[in-house]
Amino acid sequence: MIEINGLTKNFTVKDKNGHKAVKTAVDNLNLTVNNGELFGLLGPNGAGKTTLVGMLVGLLRPTAGKILYNGQNLAQHERDVKKIIGIVPQHINFDQDLTVWENMELHGRLHHMPEKQRRERIEELLDYVGLSERRNDNIKALSGGLKRRLLIVRALMHKPQVLFLDEPTVALDPQVRRRIWDLIRVLHKDGVTIVLTTHYIEEAEALCGRVAIMDSGRLVTTGTPEALCRNLGSYAAEWDGENGRQYRFFADMDEAQNFAAVRNGALTRRTNLEDVFIELTGKAMK
Amino acid sequence: MLSDIATAFWRDWLVLRHRLMKFILSRMVAPVLYMVAFGWGLSRSINVSGGSYLDFIVPGILALNSMNISFNSLTPLCTEKVYHKSLEEYLVAPISPAGFITGKILAAVLRGLISSAIIIVLAWCFGAQLTLTPAFVLVLVINCVIFAEAGFCAALLVRNFEDMARVNTYLLLPMSFLCGTFFKTDRLPQLAACVIELLPLTHTAVLLRAISSGESVPWQSVAVLAFYAAVFYAACLYIFKGLKQ
Ligand SMILES: Nc1ncnc2c1ncn2[C@@H]1O[C@H](COP(=O)(O)OP(=O)(O)OP(=O)(O)O)[C@@H](O)[C@H]1O
Ligand SMILES: [Mg+2]
Repeated sequence: MIEINGLTKNFTVKDKNGHKAVKTAVDNLNLTVNNGELFGLLGPNGAGKTTLVGMLVGLLRPTAGKILYNGQNLAQHERDVKKIIGIVPQHINFDQDLTVWENMELHGRLHHMPEKQRRERIEELLDYVGLSERRNDNIKALSGGLKRRLLIVRALMHKPQVLFLDEPTVALDPQVRRRIWDLIRVLHKDGVTIVLTTHYIEEAEALCGRVAIMDSGRLVTTGTPEALCRNLGSYAAEWDGENGRQYRFFADMDEAQNFAAVRNGALTRRTNLEDVFIELTGKAMK
Repeated sequence: MLSDIATAFWRDWLVLRHRLMKFILSRMVAPVLYMVAFGWGLSRSINVSGGSYLDFIVPGILALNSMNISFNSLTPLCTEKVYHKSLEEYLVAPISPAGFITGKILAAVLRGLISSAIIIVLAWCFGAQLTLTPAFVLVLVINCVIFAEAGFCAALLVRNFEDMARVNTYLLLPMSFLCGTFFKTDRLPQLAACVIELLPLTHTAVLLRAISSGESVPWQSVAVLAFYAAVFYAACLYIFKGLKQ
């Protein structure tokens, strides 16, 4: 279980006049993720998702608040916690001087895996993402999508119990994305706790048992995708209004249809997580 | 801890092995030039007490070269931190910081010693006289350790590669020439000499020269070097732990 209590992260930045300013990237956040859960973290650009993950994996020092893994405080038991977590970062961070295989091997060594186990695991994982043939290529020789695939399986090398995936399927072709989804589901079935951030709402909808929506460093809401849709109203009517596309939500299908009937070109449908996301985080770009 | 030392060393060794020949060849250029210019070119017109000027400068060249090589072995960490972000792999792994630092330093020492071996062979080819003893190797190793540590610190402190080049130009280059490598520090103005004589490279140059010409070892200089090594090691640990913003 991951318990997050009053977690805050401030960065020192320059404001538009060039003066020093404090930027609160994560603001007094409370959240619990249960063991074995597949948890989605959603939020617009700059909401603080990556910063939150950074603190959860021990890459960033919280300004305030604490993080407990199964009751163990991360700040005091950092190495014990790091043994059981795996991270797929948002940006590619391979060692550019090493080959595909060597990068994987580096990861295995950093997690103190015995040689034989290391070898077998690398074979297995490279095979899974179709990179076996490229094992001796320098990292620089891989295309962006191939690097992403490798990034994902690298995090799985040491069989982590808790896995953080920060936008894992960006830039992947649909076939591979589906394959990665399958992989995530298998991991979930095996009992791995997974925290996934994504901008593909349908990805969260397809995979996550529970999601949290963040905005400006704060937690806006948490719940199962179905419950969030239900709270907003399970049925949506949408039509072209004066200021672009307009939406209204209704608990009841008849209500939605009656509403739509008197508006030209309005259609009704089930509410989806994307509606919830837009309603809660605002339509304006930040 | 031991396995973390091995991992950090293994990674640098891999990178070195990928381009070992290139490394060796490129590291020969500067020392050969020094020996040609100063050893052959100038030696007839320069008189230093005792042996030839070539014998005088070879320990100095060894000192400055091992400094430059071990320092710059670890400066690519700057790129790993700032541009490739590959340092994150180490920061999120359950490793001992001291193990990581030690492994990195050992890898840099290895590079420093390889290039020193090249210079010694070249120096013999040029006809220099020098005696190698275990104390000589010890001093070289400590010198490599000190500047590997300094390189580690510098790489993690600077903001970009530009700054790294500046450190080389404003600190290492002057030290290379002034720290008793090509001439004795007593030729410098007194104030400058005082400062220069505090620097580790001066102690290394003096020690290597004394040992290679068969004089007794000035052990207090070894103590000074050990002190520098310890202080820089503590700095490495402090800076590495501070990477977590
Ligand atoms: N090292 C840093 N220094 C200063 N500000 C930072 C730093 N890292 C993040 N921020 C700021 O903190 C806020 C949250 O950033 P974060 O990367 O966590 O957002 P995100 O939710 O992951 O966004 P995205 O969806 O674009 O990845 C942003 O305003 C960002 O500019
Ligand atoms: Mg992000």
